[in-house]
Amino acid sequence: MNGTAVRPDKSKLHYSKMPPTWWLKKPAYLFFMLRELSSVFIAVFLVILLAQIHQLTKGPEAYAAFVQKLSSPGWIVFHITALLFALLHSVTWFQSTAVVMPLRLGERELPRNLVLALNIGAWVAVSAVILILFLALRG
Amino acid sequence: MAEPTITLKVARYRPGKDSAPTMQTYSVPYRQDWVVLDALNHIKDQIDGTLSYRWSCRMGVCGSCGMMVNGVPKLTCAAFLRDYPSQEIRVEPLAHFPIIRDLVIDMSDFLDKLKSVKSWIVRKVEKPVAEGEYRQTPAELEAFHQFTQCINCMLCYAACPVYGLEPEFLGPAAIALGYRYNMDSRDQGKDLRREVLGSHHGAWECTFVGECSEVCPKDVDPAAAIQRTKVDLAKDWFKSVLLPWGAR
Repeated sequence: MNGTAVRPDKSKLHYSKMPPTWWLKKPAYLFFMLRELSSVFIAVFLVILLAQIHQLTKGPEAYAAFVQKLSSPGWIVFHITALLFALLHSVTWFQSTAVVMPLRLGERELPRNLVLALNIGAWVAVSAVILILFLALRG
Repeated sequence: MAEPTITLKVARYRPGKDSAPTMQTYSVPYRQDWVVLDALNHIKDQIDGTLSYRWSCRMGVCGSCGMMVNGVPKLTCAAFLRDYPSQEIRVEPLAHFPIIRDLVIDMSDFLDKLKSVKSWIVRKVEKPVAEGEYRQTPAELEAFHQFTQCINCMLCYAACPVYGLEPEFLGPAAIALGYRYNMDSRDQGKDLRREVLGSHHGAWECTFVGECSEVCPKDVDPAAAIQRTKVDLAKDWFKSVLLPWGAR
């Protein structure tokens, strides 16, 4: 594959390694790492949610005790953090969608910001419907 | 009045002499219309003729003069001194590539990768010249035109932490060019490219940091090409599993 191209003498090249702190060197890299980290928080939240649902099978007292545990300051801080990461995850997901799956109207590609706005609009609308249903069923 | 000056800290590496690159400081005239490449040429011509770097066209077309300017991959012919008001500019060779000397990097890895994606039109059977050219509609051209703008400057590789951590990664420009030919209605080489683009070190290794597209001087958007390649690969995989043999 290399053909007859002249290659530099490998023994004379200088190879540098990326430091383990490479992701602290640029805001964009740090933002990327936070985006990737968001999945961990979402995964932990989902495990807790599954555990909470599982408590329902054990009766009202067990469920109430579990919910009581979750109302401790530590868990509240965790849930607020998880919510912020979930927002980051969702917004960056929609941003990616606009890049990965461009929408076309005739021969023209729609601007990415418009695709992002449409996605976020739909997300807010669905969230609002769920919130309304939640409040209605609760009340 | 004395001409204003600016300090350039330039990475030096002399093979066989230095064990690692060191920074050398030069004071060069500060001129509004000078780019970093002009400052390097001034050093080479007036101060230190031993400084080595690549350049050719001075107009953002050849893709030779890519370097790290204050830690960011830039075409030095397009990086104006006036845009760096700190009075000190750090110039280093493109990150993630082995250094041959001073600011000159070894690009053979990139060239091998570019070749591996068959970055040319592949035809199963060539049409005889007498039958005329391969015609395309504006929409067919639009599907890949943006990705033809790549000048192989390798800034995207220098911006990509995945390539920095895993040099086997096929990398942004090579995948973008593979995608460019896959999207070309005249091309028939998609099946041949799949082996490389869909390999472990192909598109799937990309974690979509997105910096390749940020630093691209030609707005090629390799990050988009890579993600769309993933979609294509996934579609092809589903087709290969779900459809009967004949329809694949």
